[in-house]
Amino acid sequence: MQSTLWNDLAAALPELWMLGAVCFVLVFDLFVPAARRDLTYWLVQATLAGALVFTVAGHDGGRTLAFGGHYVVDEMAVLLKSAIYLVAGAVFLYSRPYLKDRGLFRGEYFVLGLFGVLGMMIMVSAHSFVSLYLGLELLALSQYAMVAFFRDSLPASEAAMKYFVLGALASGMLLYGMSVLYGTVGSLDIATVANALSQEEGRSAFALFGLVFVVVGIAFKFGAVPFHMWVPDVYDGAPTSVTLYIGSAPKIAAFAMLMRLLSESLGPLTGDWGQLLAVLLVLSMAVGNIIAIAQRRIKRMLAYSTISHVGFLFFGVMAGTQEGYAAAMFYAIVYAAMAAGAFGMLLLMSRQGYEPEHIDDFKGLNERHPWLAFLMLLLMFSMAGIPPTVGFYAKLAVIQAAVNVGEVWIAVYAVVLSVIGAFYYLRVVKYMYFDKPEESHPVQPGMDAQVIMGINGLAMLALGVFPGGLMALCLRAVGY
Amino acid sequence: MSFTQFVFFVFAAVAVLSAAAVITLRNPVHAVLSLVLTFFSTAALWLLAEAEFLGITLVLVYVGAVMVLFLFVVMMLDINIARMREGFARYLPFGLVVALIMGAELVLYVLSRAPDVAPPAPAAAGYSNTQALGEALYTQYLYPFEIAAAILLVSIIAAIALTLRRRPDTKYLNPAEQIRVRRAERVRLVKMKSES
Repeated sequence: MQSTLWNDLAAALPELWMLGAVCFVLVFDLFVPAARRDLTYWLVQATLAGALVFTVAGHDGGRTLAFGGHYVVDEMAVLLKSAIYLVAGAVFLYSRPYLKDRGLFRGEYFVLGLFGVLGMMIMVSAHSFVSLYLGLELLALSQYAMVAFFRDSLPASEAAMKYFVLGALASGMLLYGMSVLYGTVGSLDIATVANALSQEEGRSAFALFGLVFVVVGIAFKFGAVPFHMWVPDVYDGAPTSVTLYIGSAPKIAAFAMLMRLLSESLGPLTGDWGQLLAVLLVLSMAVGNIIAIAQRRIKRMLAYSTISHVGFLFFGVMAGTQEGYAAAMFYAIVYAAMAAGAFGMLLLMSRQGYEPEHIDDFKGLNERHPWLAFLMLLLMFSMAGIPPTVGFYAKLAVIQAAVNVGEVWIAVYAVVLSVIGAFYYLRVVKYMYFDKPEESHPVQPGMDAQVIMGINGLAMLALGVFPGGLMALCLRAVGY
Repeated sequence: MSFTQFVFFVFAAVAVLSAAAVITLRNPVHAVLSLVLTFFSTAALWLLAEAEFLGITLVLVYVGAVMVLFLFVVMMLDINIARMREGFARYLPFGLVVALIMGAELVLYVLSRAPDVAPPAPAAAGYSNTQALGEALYTQYLYPFEIAAAILLVSIIAAIALTLRRRPDTKYLNPAEQIRVRRAERVRLVKMKSES
């Protein structure tokens, strides 16, 4: 008994490290004078780096179950967790000057952010419905608090309220679906549920009943149409640094939740949830891409763009093959990096008392700061899916996987809507390069932010030219 | 229908109706009291399912502590009910139609397709619900239990971070400073010529 507990703890070392380090940061921050708050920030980055080391170095290449089957380490967990650390590190880096300028540079902000990362890690490594749900709640609670963090801002409070109420509703749906599944199968363990459902008598009407609620809960968390109402309001109302946080890394964790629930535990019901996802993705692509055209506020535009990308992500999963899962995983990771870059750009262009709110604020960025304009061009091209950026390859992989299982019509539909969507991304590029600047104040982001943004933007190009490495990792993660 | 089933349906109906009352009653105090009734009926349902410990905890913690605190808060706040109910009547018909259709669909589906679920076998004499729960919680469910602890920590941090702030417009006393006050800070001796 003693030795199994030690084995369990050793398997979950990254989570233990994260929890311990967050508690340390929480207490440490109390003793740091406000002028030296940067120490807290560096500690946060060190925590993420340590977690990355523990996750990658602690993995023996196999699949380990721990804590009585509630926790799993496999290729997928290692890959997705590593991506989450990298994206979260960039998010905190971009946010630092923005937070300082607005008096939000407090230890609690980073503590909540790290707890959110811990929640994501738990979701990624979940092997039972309980741990998955609890990880999701840990992430969601941190996010609600972060959205409400800017207390003097009325839109932020409103966004937090909406997010909280709708998030609670979504959690309720998910929990109801899980409890119905538990009622039919008699187990919360993902592998046991999959085993029971793969037998003919296990596939009762109640299992489908629970499945519908689980899919609704997932769609709510992703913001897929028709459960997307909260996305634009929350993205627009939250402080931009928080929008950056909730718009990037949690998408990877949500993808892990999708994989663990639909592919690993409800895999035998692929035919049933595939139809549900098909409806969701067709609506998401249409609503996301078409409504985004009408948006003048940049954060709302990017929010609708998120909805359309969620459609693509579902498309890959809907194929139900390992090729499709790998393509969707590639898409999720790449999307998180693109979103981190695009929202991060808003933070880099901000200064005290000013932040870009409308897409008009990008006018003439090329004259004001050619380097940032070029990186933004790469990010926008990548979101639109224009070769040779990685966005093109991600969309191609998803469509290829779907065509291979015979979903030609939805694939054609997806391509048409991507072309429609390209309009609003290219409009930003046109504003940056062909219009006169309306603002003359120089854009002066810090050196560290410029370097990381450079890596972030150029990665779009590099991964687009050489997508093989990441794709191979994704294929291995789904056990191809 | 056995007597247990009858009792189950009575408590289930009370729970659903009082939950509906929570969101429809005009008076917030009444709404909170309906919520208490909801929790109480749910506790009764748990007792029927032989989860005595959970049933009693629900009554003790939620009804006894949380809801009483809630009642205090509701009574102290001056809630403008008329404004909160704005738009309620406007959305009511549509919401009602959607809810009725969905409810009917669920009931029909369950009645037509779902197999009968057997009630759990009664536990042997001397079986301790509390002990079984404790054992499961600290062995098999150790990992989720620890995550739940982390969630509680996050909610504490969030609540404090969102509410604790210095407000210059509130007047508050610092007892330490008050005690350390010296005569020179409060009394100024002014030399004046007598005017007589």
